[in-house]
Amino acid sequence: MEPRPRSFYILSCFFALFILFLYGPTITIGILSFQGEGGGLTFPMRGVSLYWFYDLFEQQAVGDIWGSFRRSFVLGLMVMVVTVVVSVMGGLAFRRKFPGSSILFYLIITSLVIPSILISLGVGLLFSQSGLNVHWSTSGFGSQLTWTLPFGLLIMFAVFNRFDKSYEEAARDLGATPWQTLRHVVLPIIAPSLIGVALFGFTLSYDEFARTLLTSGSYNTLPLEIYGMTTNVTSPVLYALGTLTTVFSLMIIGVFLCVALIANRRRARQGSDAGKGEI
Amino acid sequence: MKKLRGNPVISSLLMVSPLATVLLIFLVLPIALIVIVSFWRATEFSIIPAFEFDNYAFLFGSPVTYTVFFNTFKYALITWACTLVIGFTVAYYLAFHIRTLTWQIALFLLCTIPFWTSNIIRMISWIPFLGRNGIANSTLKSWGVIDEPIEWLLFSDFAVILAFVHLYTLFMVVPIFNTMMRIDKSLIEAARDAGANGAQILWNVIIPLTKPGIMIGTIFVVTLVMGDFITVRFMSGSQSANVGRLISNDIALLQYPSASATAIVLLLTVLITIAILLRFVDIRKEL
Repeated sequence: MEPRPRSFYILSCFFALFILFLYGPTITIGILSFQGEGGGLTFPMRGVSLYWFYDLFEQQAVGDIWGSFRRSFVLGLMVMVVTVVVSVMGGLAFRRKFPGSSILFYLIITSLVIPSILISLGVGLLFSQSGLNVHWSTSGFGSQLTWTLPFGLLIMFAVFNRFDKSYEEAARDLGATPWQTLRHVVLPIIAPSLIGVALFGFTLSYDEFARTLLTSGSYNTLPLEIYGMTTNVTSPVLYALGTLTTVFSLMIIGVFLCVALIANRRRARQGSDAGKGEI
Repeated sequence: MKKLRGNPVISSLLMVSPLATVLLIFLVLPIALIVIVSFWRATEFSIIPAFEFDNYAFLFGSPVTYTVFFNTFKYALITWACTLVIGFTVAYYLAFHIRTLTWQIALFLLCTIPFWTSNIIRMISWIPFLGRNGIANSTLKSWGVIDEPIEWLLFSDFAVILAFVHLYTLFMVVPIFNTMMRIDKSLIEAARDAGANGAQILWNVIIPLTKPGIMIGTIFVVTLVMGDFITVRFMSGSQSANVGRLISNDIALLQYPSASATAIVLLLTVLITIAILLRFVDIRKEL
């Protein structure tokens, strides 16, 4: 191997600083959430305790944290499932030109770049003007889809751009119906990317704030609850909650990565032996 | 029925119908409604259908509007410049200085994980750093650089831009890294064989080939910053305003028609910006 140029070491330092910049603040509030009972929002630590975590579990004066967590979790799962299904269908459809395909494509891009507050305002107006009640599971759910679907679709477009069509043709030549081709050939091949789409769907929904602001009604989702807390809670209990949700997010990411890893391993192990057979 | 199913156009249309329905109800109709309501009239308690240009006249007649739009562009431009430099450097390091794919993927994941965690928590986590008695001030004090704590660290334009860069640099790293990974390495070798030094290769080979990625990152960052209203409110301590905050303030006062007019102007501004940027890149080709 050729020796590393000097720029490598400079850039390594830059990269390390960038990672510190990304994670430093989060790690700091992680540490500060163990602040002792009399401690404040910044260092020094006045002892180490789990006081603020207990506080989070007992004190319900700040709002309905656990209810909002439950709603966010359910909403995240709903958004995840719909995002995966709709993105796969959309990705499959977009492999051919159809009437309106370019309009729909520009709508997807618009949905991605539109300032979130417009969705919030517009969906809020739509529901109030048509006499419907805004609720996290209806208007909030739809508003979040306008954010997760473009990501899911862009991933699917990228996947199908690289998809080798000869697998499908082979299946068709062997007499498979379109549904069988999809079920036994296409879906297994794109499965690892679907894990990625699911991860996007869940986490973007779980953390979404701007689009649910006016569309979730009287029952808050977790990010809305946290945002409410920032205006009236000035104790490390805020950090404790932040630490818990971040740990939860990391766990979710970990689960998805593990599933992806296992799926890849299994595929490598159970792969077809075609082409390696007896000669 | 069988014939219908066999028709590829029909089956494509059927498969995109859920997507089209979601976008119709939660994107097209809301925008249409915002356009309509922007011509309505508001009283203190309700909004009344009308067709008048008062909301726009008021918007364009008020000097606040211009300040706020100027602020919005200022945030977008500064954030764009910072995220571009940082994002490009990080992507360049990952794509050209890390030699094994496993490490590339591992470090890339390390960069992207914060994207999947809560933005609000990530904003809150700057408080212990930037506050009056925060880590930055106490460190600087102990080094003897300053005597009095710096007041403008938290709740200032500085804090707003810092938070933007913190939140959105990933949107630069990912597309730039993606295009860099597709650069044919033999082009770089050819440049080296032809006698180009590192800086020349970077400037004449890598940067031109990375332009599509830079453009996609730019679109993400610019639209996210222009449409933001929470970061500005939270990190400036309600002392600065951008267009998003103008809208959200109107919403809080139930002035929906005026909020709608501002929202439409913001949307047009964003779309025009994107249209200009899209002249430089074909997104569908770059996926």
